[in-house]
Amino acid sequence: MQILVCGGTGCRDLESEAILESLKLEVEANALENDIQVVRTGCFGLCSLGPIVKIMPDDVVYFKVKHGDAREIVEEHVIKGKKVERLLLKDPVNNKSLVSSAEMNGFKKQLRIVLRNCGVIDPENIEESIAHNGYEALGKVLTEMTPDDTIKVIKDSGLRGRGGGGFPTGIKWEIARKNKADQKYVVCNADEGDPGAFMDRSVLEGDPHAVLEAMAICGYCIEADKGLIYIRAEYPLAVARLKTAISQAREYGLLGKNIMGTGFSFDIEIRYGAGAFVCGEETALIHSMEGLRGEPTVKPPFPAEAGFRGKPTNVNNVETFACVSPIILKGADWFAGIGTARSKGTKVFALAGKINNVGLIEVPMGTTLRDVIFEIGGGIRNGKKFKAAQTGGPSGGCLTEKHLDTPIDFDNLIAAGSMMGSGGLIVMDEDDCMVSVAKFFLDFTVEESCGKCSPCRIGNKRLHELLDHITKGKGTLADLDRLRNMSLVIKDTSLCGLGQSSPNPVLSTLDNFRDEYVAHVTAKKCPAGKCRDLMEYFIIAENCVGCTACARVCPVNAITGQRKEPHVINPSICIKCGACKEKCKFDAIIVQ
Amino acid sequence: MSSIKIELRPEDVAKIKEICASFNNDPQELINVLHKCQEHFGYLPAEVQEVVSGELKVPVAKIYGVVTFYSFFTMTPKGKHPISICMGTACYVRGAEKVLDEFKKELGLQVGQTTGDGKFSLSSLRCVGACGLAPVVLVGDKTYGRVAPDDVKNILKEYE
Amino acid sequence: METVKLTIDNKEIEVPKGMTIHKAARKIGIEIPVLCYMELHDMQIENKPAGCRICVVEVQGRRNLAPSCATKCEEGMVVKTHTTRVLNARRTVMEFILSDHPKDCLICPKSGNCELQSMAQQLGIREIPGQEIAAMSTYRKDTSPSIIRDLDKCIMCRRCEMMCNEVQTVGALSAVNRGFMAAVAPAFEQNLEHSTCTYCGQCVAVCPTGALTEVNHTPEVLRALADPSKTVIVQTAPAVRAALGEEFGMEPGTLVTGKMVAALRALGFDYVFDTDFAADLTIMEEGTELLDRLTRHLNGDTTAKLPILTSCCPGWVNFFEEYFPDLKDVPSTAKSPQQMFGAIAKTYFADKIKVDRKDLVVVSIMPCLAKKYECQREEFSTDGNRDVDFSISTRELAAFIKQANLDLNNLADDEFDSPLGESTGAGVIFGATGGVIEAACRTAYEIYTGKKLERLEFNELRGLDGVREATIDFNGLPLKIGIANGLGNARKLLEEVRSGKSQFHAIEVMACPGGCIGGGGQPLHHGNSDIIKARAAAIYREDNSKPLRKSHENPFIIKLYEEFLGKPNSEKAHHLLHTHYFYNKKKVVVKQ
Repeated sequence: MQILVCGGTGCRDLESEAILESLKLEVEANALENDIQVVRTGCFGLCSLGPIVKIMPDDVVYFKVKHGDAREIVEEHVIKGKKVERLLLKDPVNNKSLVSSAEMNGFKKQLRIVLRNCGVIDPENIEESIAHNGYEALGKVLTEMTPDDTIKVIKDSGLRGRGGGGFPTGIKWEIARKNKADQKYVVCNADEGDPGAFMDRSVLEGDPHAVLEAMAICGYCIEADKGLIYIRAEYPLAVARLKTAISQAREYGLLGKNIMGTGFSFDIEIRYGAGAFVCGEETALIHSMEGLRGEPTVKPPFPAEAGFRGKPTNVNNVETFACVSPIILKGADWFAGIGTARSKGTKVFALAGKINNVGLIEVPMGTTLRDVIFEIGGGIRNGKKFKAAQTGGPSGGCLTEKHLDTPIDFDNLIAAGSMMGSGGLIVMDEDDCMVSVAKFFLDFTVEESCGKCSPCRIGNKRLHELLDHITKGKGTLADLDRLRNMSLVIKDTSLCGLGQSSPNPVLSTLDNFRDEYVAHVTAKKCPAGKCRDLMEYFIIAENCVGCTACARVCPVNAITGQRKEPHVINPSICIKCGACKEKCKFDAIIVQ
Repeated sequence: MSSIKIELRPEDVAKIKEICASFNNDPQELINVLHKCQEHFGYLPAEVQEVVSGELKVPVAKIYGVVTFYSFFTMTPKGKHPISICMGTACYVRGAEKVLDEFKKELGLQVGQTTGDGKFSLSSLRCVGACGLAPVVLVGDKTYGRVAPDDVKNILKEYE
Repeated sequence: METVKLTIDNKEIEVPKGMTIHKAARKIGIEIPVLCYMELHDMQIENKPAGCRICVVEVQGRRNLAPSCATKCEEGMVVKTHTTRVLNARRTVMEFILSDHPKDCLICPKSGNCELQSMAQQLGIREIPGQEIAAMSTYRKDTSPSIIRDLDKCIMCRRCEMMCNEVQTVGALSAVNRGFMAAVAPAFEQNLEHSTCTYCGQCVAVCPTGALTEVNHTPEVLRALADPSKTVIVQTAPAVRAALGEEFGMEPGTLVTGKMVAALRALGFDYVFDTDFAADLTIMEEGTELLDRLTRHLNGDTTAKLPILTSCCPGWVNFFEEYFPDLKDVPSTAKSPQQMFGAIAKTYFADKIKVDRKDLVVVSIMPCLAKKYECQREEFSTDGNRDVDFSISTRELAAFIKQANLDLNNLADDEFDSPLGESTGAGVIFGATGGVIEAACRTAYEIYTGKKLERLEFNELRGLDGVREATIDFNGLPLKIGIANGLGNARKLLEEVRSGKSQFHAIEVMACPGGCIGGGGQPLHHGNSDIIKARAAAIYREDNSKPLRKSHENPFIIKLYEEFLGKPNSEKAHHLLHTHYFYNKKKVVVKQ
């Protein structure tokens, strides 16, 4: 029997390490250490319900476990075989306890290819990886397949880059293979900078060998013997696990010289990012690895022709690499059988925002937004109304109610004015102001623009200023046209993918929520009640009992009135901090 | 931009040279070198960049260009208890901005500043990946999840 | 040569493979506007960051507009350069750039000569929408002894950074910060004075806007001219006469020696002299030093180091002081012609006209900005009185002439005053790269061999290539000569000297590409290297027209030695005409 404890960043922050230790102590106290293994695994995906402990082979999942629960889990479940009811998830409909992951809606519609080993194996033990088919595909490729065979399988599988662009992976490898050079490189882009996305981190934390193996396969295909992983320095756990995995793989002869005695050599080094979103763009990433400012350069030449140190370089992201081994082992047809016509396989999404089950999910391409949000994600928090979902992070756009039944894939998202991006999926409810949301994303882009080209450096700043102007109630209808024109030009003229997509949040909110923009510029109202400058606090005289609580809490003395008489707010003094509303026990203060 | 002028001790210079040498004084390893230096000194004052420039044979202007490009690098020393507020999207939509405002108010700091006594510094981060706990605040290595503005005072109290 | 066929604005054209759209369009008379792009074709200098995005064009089948400066022509390409989409994008991007640029054109030193201003005019920009809410990126202004940096006017074309790093390898400037606050600055954004800057002025020479300009010393000159107690004399460098006419609408390469003298006299200078005189003097001193070192070296004196390096370029002196302090005994100790002139003027000439040196003001007209710094160096003054009081550039002189209501075109030729205005053709050619060493050869040959030189033109020493070498037959002694123009090229030769691999007996170095004719104080070439070629031709034309073309034949030089200095390299000559070099490791000074 195994007790799996989630060791992903989310659960670790909730002290899952202490739970792991307590469980080990309890197992030892009961002298069960020969029969029961306590294993730290990667992320299970249900981060908002962590820390998570899973008992195998019973397939029972416990949520929000505290280290004080360790004794009960061991004594009740492990020894007596009785489930600890209070740690089980309840079905929101009938309040019945859900025992196994298979029973949970959150898992039912998922298909885990990329995350196949996350939450299943101990990422710090290569033998567990090997026991779960790790490095089998590498062995198969090196002994049974030519590079061209391998590339054909990847091409036939229909795998497209998961980093954002969706470029066919097999074709990318083929181009890198065709460019002859004395030295080539395989680069894994793990500079996950999309705010709210953490799928790459979870893969690297939960199943680092999947990435190492795929990089070696790619190296074999394009004739490169060096691999580099460009990873965010802000991911210490992923870095540590990668380092462990690399040294274990070397020890087992799965990296380094003469892998598996086949004569093929391949080794991997880690390079650190330093906090620049633009380095997700492959030319910028390469310059960063060369010790320079991470500024993109014009393509062509593409990295496959002249990349790292001027040599042909193949850059794929973590999730793309994680798809490779299963494709080799199960065949191109198997992978191509999953998904939609032009988007094959699965996609990992990081669900966040106003959704019940925040976390990491993996679904077949073509799953509808409705399934993702309401089935897997457990619906909107606090029973609020769904308003929009942002995919593709700051480069993407929002999907609305009318898109709920659209199958999610690369092409449908673009048609809907958004993009796949790396897979962040932020859900917004009726309380979110879409002008403010657009402004939030622009705020991010303005900060992350490298400054090299003028439309991105200055244009995005101007977009942000205009959005700010509108949220302050100073905009005009003509400003909306200006927003659109600036957005289109920035997209059309920017040097790299960052600027070419940064206006997407503006365009897509303008398209889908024009009414909301119009309300801001004509009626000077924020329908969601989010824009502070457009709000006004009122006291409803009928409800006010004159308790003076609001007047006492007001930091600027904007509220006046006699004791036991209805009070009044002076709007010219009010700073709209909301303290009075929070304090009022009689629902006498409203915002408009 | 730092207004602090420091004098490097001989052992500091030796340490920087050792870091550079461990990367074969390869200018392409500049970012790794800067990471190591910042790990050691806590920040990257001008004087450290000067030494790195001499070792890697990269103009110091270029090094400063790199340091100011990446948000992870800083030329201001962090406080004893560096406070970082995650401003990733998930945290933002769950009210991280209000939490940040509260920290600003309580500490009298703007983002990027350090208190006069060197105790606290305030910064904002882009997504630490703990979106399940949004909004998230980091104080040193410790993570606080689901932080409300009201919690700010209590968090600070822990470090009094 | 492999060619490709494409269509630009419905015209078919066949061009060599690899040519950019911008250049291909130019071939058929279509001038696509460019802003950040700059090329000095004959010097292999190109700035191509593709950052401004003004030159975008529509390429059929591409999603986004393409920068024509950096996009290569491909077979079958269909390009449109002025569709509505292109024009709107170009205008909007220009509005972005202008929205972050000060609007003080009327009082900007670059007004009328500013590429940004011309572009705004060309694109017909008449308003900047949203300017009232647009924040501007502002920076501290920095004034150094030679150069003013006003980064508020920086448009991030990166030309200065390219010149400073790739061409000059000085590395004083780099792109700093990110996004909206990105700019090009010295380390720590401190003043240029505290950086490794050599004041070569090549950044100023290529800056398209008013972000980098020279320090204007004309007011000081004007004050001196107006002071009846002062005797004001002026010296003009050889390269000035070959370029000044451009500022008055004349063809590049027009020689305006006589008109320039007339203008200076009209401006009120008491004596109009020629730096060429001092150039002849430099040859006497430097040539003698060369022959002395050479003879000693050939006689086996190991303390006599070769090669000898010229030292008449102050940018170059600053460069080797900064980067090659270990080699500071390699260059000649001879002062630059500017400073030799000052030293002789304030001693020999002051005595002659019986004016105290304190009442004698020496002004130099230079194609150079480093000369401004040079004349401020402490070692070039006596009791706080500078040998050369003020140095103004060709551009400043042009402005000064215009302010005095003079039109150079309409002035009758005038002659330099005697004795410090008399020069030979050898002095004139100092203005072009290779000229100093050619002049030195004319004299050294005759002195060394005792024979008359039959052919005066050493064509093998001329040209614009960055590094040139030639062997001159000194009556059986093959004298190996190296020539570098541009500090990056100088660095290559210096590295060889440092490693002991240099085969040269003598090396001439000029900091600026092309030599003084391409100096940082010259009329702006705006990326047209034909202008620099025309100036070089003019210099050699003037040489040809001179009755005397060898420095040692200048009767006034002979007289100067007879009456005052004794012989070349005498003690007095050493005291007045030679200098020594310093190693001033610049301390880090952090901006307060």
